[in-house]
Amino acid sequence: MIAEKGKLARLRSRLIFTGPTLFIFFTVMIVPFFYGIYLTFTDWDGISTRYSFVRFDNYATVMRDGVFWKSFILTLKYVAVSVVLINVVAFFLAYALTRRKRSNLYRTGFFLPNLVGGIILGLIWQFVFNYVVVNIGRELGIPLLAHSWLADPAQAMWALVAVTVWQYAGYMMVIYIAGLMNVPSDVLEAASIDGATGWRQLRSIVLPLMIPSFSVCVFLSLQRGFLAYDLNLSLTQGGPFKSTELVSMVIYNKAFLSREYGVGQAEAFVLFLIVAAITLLQVYFSKKMEVEA
Amino acid sequence: MAMAKTALQRLKTAALIVLLLFFVAPFFVVLLNAFKENKAITSAPFSLPTVWSLTNFETAFTKMNYFHAFSNSLTVTAGSVLLIALLASMTAHYFVRNNSRMNRILFYTMVAAMIIPFQAIMIPLVKIYGSLGMMNSKAALIYLYIGFGSPLAVFIYHGFVKSIPAELEEAALIDGCTRIQTFFRIVFPVLAPTTVTIGILNVLWIWNDFLLPSLVLIESVERTLPLSTFYFYGTYSADYGPLMAALLLTITPVIIVYLFAQKFIIQGVMQGSIK
Repeated sequence: MIAEKGKLARLRSRLIFTGPTLFIFFTVMIVPFFYGIYLTFTDWDGISTRYSFVRFDNYATVMRDGVFWKSFILTLKYVAVSVVLINVVAFFLAYALTRRKRSNLYRTGFFLPNLVGGIILGLIWQFVFNYVVVNIGRELGIPLLAHSWLADPAQAMWALVAVTVWQYAGYMMVIYIAGLMNVPSDVLEAASIDGATGWRQLRSIVLPLMIPSFSVCVFLSLQRGFLAYDLNLSLTQGGPFKSTELVSMVIYNKAFLSREYGVGQAEAFVLFLIVAAITLLQVYFSKKMEVEA
Repeated sequence: MAMAKTALQRLKTAALIVLLLFFVAPFFVVLLNAFKENKAITSAPFSLPTVWSLTNFETAFTKMNYFHAFSNSLTVTAGSVLLIALLASMTAHYFVRNNSRMNRILFYTMVAAMIIPFQAIMIPLVKIYGSLGMMNSKAALIYLYIGFGSPLAVFIYHGFVKSIPAELEEAALIDGCTRIQTFFRIVFPVLAPTTVTIGILNVLWIWNDFLLPSLVLIESVERTLPLSTFYFYGTYSADYGPLMAALLLTITPVIIVYLFAQKFIIQGVMQGSIK
């Protein structure tokens, strides 16, 4: 504990060290958060200075809003599929790359998409899906690829999932590699002397010890999935026929295009509550599963 | 048995190479087509350019106001990243060394706030900062980034400051250093590896961020690179040559930095995740 003599000197160093950060943090996150809750009880339209209290009307509107819940179910499916695929691919890559020569080259390559923002990645893949894939499909005579996935409501979602997995797998791979490096090699050696095969070692030693890494990666991919916006906007714009309109986009459009700020904010708040509940439950249960070597 | 093993190894290597090609292929498609004419791009995206032309780049460079957008991105990213590192390290240090009830509450408030998604506060944020007339300025954007970035940075610094023995600072204080001097001469240099980690995580986030700047920076001269690329794409959506050039111009600076600093970047992500 370090403390100055005198109240004034103490206050001065408190203000110098923590004042700016806390002031900015409170004005940027805490005040808007609570003000946002207040806004959900009003019918503000974004322009007028006057608005009235509507009590729980906005929440009632949200509950009845078919578009919101449809996109919410869509987002749930998108998150479920992409979280599983991201983590399976990422773990496979990490496992294949540990104890391998020239793994640096692979690592660098797989991580590459994470340097570029979702907006740019979406624009690149829009071109890839609309022209490159179609071209390959026609040349090789593969009917599945001969038309653009982005134009087909049944396939556009898979295109979005594919690009999401491509985007995040490298990031999660890096976290899994860090976890795999912490698996003690003496335990693995002991296991292989006892006759455990590679598969057996993976299942009985590596996977249980990797639960903290899985916990982090699943948490990150859940959060990014539920809040996905950039890629959604630049790859499909929610189309065709709203078949890929994820919940963040619905909220954005509700507030900034339809100018129903109260309802939009109520939807954002509902989304926050659901995402917070799901991620906290996930962290709680994976903490319980942790073991020590 | 040994034969089967090498065959399996080769199969694994082959699978990895195919995957690697799949991962980097989209970037090569952009590179290949940025030099071609519109017609050649859409009809044969895999052909090599017959004439390597730079016209696409000239069009993209002027139409998306590249130089301006690039310097906007650089200002916002550099300003935010440096200020987050400075302010968050000071705050975390104070919280650790003055472990009072009040400071613990403040610290846990910041940690808890990390779960608030941007979407939950973007609407009130636009209302508050719009009515204060703070929109459309890079300074306001930097201010907002500090607010959103400081919780994670304080959290990571907090864990690291705890591992530094306090005796060093106490000795400096006894020798007559002020608290500020002690921080900048002794603590901040020791925190350098953590600062690199936090800096890398924040550069990756802020340089590529779209939603927040799209809400704050309304006028076209203030746009950052992701914004100007996106709006350029929206306006010239059939003009594939300049579009590919625009994408290449946006990606290239990041990839050049990555090639030199890839070890640090990947380590930064590793360390940032172990919290």
